[in-house]
Amino acid sequence: MLSGILISVAFLVACGLALAGLLLLAERRILNFGPCTIDINNGKKVLQVDGGNNLLAALAENDIFIPSACGGRGTCAYCKLKVLDGGGTAGPIETPYLTQEEIKDKVRLSCQVRLRNDVRIRIPNHLFDIKRFRGRVEHKRSLTHDTVELRIALEEPSQISFQAGQYIQLESEPYRGREAVMRAYSISSPPSQNNAVETVIRLVPDGICTTWVFEVLKENDPVTFSGPYGEFHLSDPDRPCLFVAGGSGMAPIWSMLRDMRENNNRRPVSYFFGALTQADLFYVDDLRQLERDTDWFRFIPALSNEPPESDWEGERGLITDVITRHRPETAGDEAYLCGSPGMIDAAVRVLTAGGMPENQVFYDKFA
Amino acid sequence: MNPDLQGSPFASLLLIFLSAALTDNILLARFLGLCPCLGVSKKVDASVGLGMAVTFVTTFTAAINYLVYEYLLIPLDIAYLRLIVFIVIIAAFVQLVEMAIERLSEKLYQSLGIFLPLITVNCAILGTSLFMITRPFNLLQAFAFGFGAGFGWLIAITLIGGIREKINEDAVPAGLRGPGITLIVIGIMSLAFVVFSGMIQF
Repeated sequence: MLSGILISVAFLVACGLALAGLLLLAERRILNFGPCTIDINNGKKVLQVDGGNNLLAALAENDIFIPSACGGRGTCAYCKLKVLDGGGTAGPIETPYLTQEEIKDKVRLSCQVRLRNDVRIRIPNHLFDIKRFRGRVEHKRSLTHDTVELRIALEEPSQISFQAGQYIQLESEPYRGREAVMRAYSISSPPSQNNAVETVIRLVPDGICTTWVFEVLKENDPVTFSGPYGEFHLSDPDRPCLFVAGGSGMAPIWSMLRDMRENNNRRPVSYFFGALTQADLFYVDDLRQLERDTDWFRFIPALSNEPPESDWEGERGLITDVITRHRPETAGDEAYLCGSPGMIDAAVRVLTAGGMPENQVFYDKFA
Repeated sequence: MNPDLQGSPFASLLLIFLSAALTDNILLARFLGLCPCLGVSKKVDASVGLGMAVTFVTTFTAAINYLVYEYLLIPLDIAYLRLIVFIVIIAAFVQLVEMAIERLSEKLYQSLGIFLPLITVNCAILGTSLFMITRPFNLLQAFAFGFGAGFGWLIAITLIGGIREKINEDAVPAGLRGPGITLIVIGIMSLAFVVFSGMIQF
């Protein structure tokens, strides 16, 4: 009886050890791709890495941060880049996220490219400037019932250089059984404040990262983010600007406006901000102050769901109708939009109907 | 008809293969491996990919588990450990195959590789090994049985995948869409497979 138990235990242990050893050996022998080089942008940077890892992780280990919200699971499709040589073909996890054009252009999801030999890749140049920052929550201030302003003081590195309109990827920590995620938030502070970043975060019902910010994160807590990301920033010419935003789409616009004021801007700016009711408006005093202090800025908030009997004297109705009323001719203007995909699509329609060429519309869509 | 397992080797192998694939279809007669089937059978090509992965794994794990059972578990008198030993061997084998495929052929890895982790703890594969040891097989016959069971699963999921692709365009009542109508389809198909039962008996 006893010997039977001993035999069975010994057998199970031996069996487990043998299989684990076999797998370890196999992994070392079979999945050893040796050292690989990653050539980025035709020799602009050449990295030596151990093969076997995925491209996204290998680049991150070498401090090149490709945007990624899902952390390498092939579900967010932010980590697209061009793999010119050595990446093989796109797999079944990637193809749903790639257009025919992109497949022809050798675009891949970098988290799904396993390094098995030398590769040549192409990434936008500004990605070289992206760093990972450690900081502390300087303050978390309620703006409305579902929106907070989060200010993160930088610790390591202690300074950030960005353009007004760019965003960061905030990394949430695991809490109450939810996994760690990265989510994108636009910077609302101006680039002149380079020792901290401010963001405006609106609570997404059941959102992993926003719930973490609202319910777990406290002032003085350490936080980690990477950035700056994004190509949403003011372009050069002197055309009049139309800013259109809703909700936390305020953030990049607020950064741009403060940047413009500091740089003695002369471009005329009209800012259309859409909200449901007066309770959903924020930064109004600051924006009105900016309006009084300068001769180039006009702030036009529009409420779509304000009770008719209220004391609101400003614009009512959908933001798109308000734009048309104030600015029927848009051919000579440039527009910068930030908000939900639905709002942006509708705004693009009325702006182009007003004569604006599509290459003068810039937007940052977030879901 | 009662297959003479000691008779002509080829005939017995063929009979074992057919019985495992058709009369004892692991998916439609035993209702094993249903979860990956429900998950993947939305498209025929994915169904074929997963089916081939399952076939490959059942074939070889049945043979390996046969050897382990006959030459280790029985002599050591610890046959009652078969469940845990089989599942560990299957998991290790699948990992090994995944690595080998990834190294050897990128094309094969693209079409088959992503399904392999899915089936590591698949009940159809464990079931095949457990059914196999209840019958008086030799190694070759165990091999044929594993191949037949996997091939039967491949046939079944491919058929289901085809039907689901077609159903997708039909006006299915909202409450039945997805897994609901698929379970009904599988039920009707398993009724159809009942006609095979009794043709071959061990």
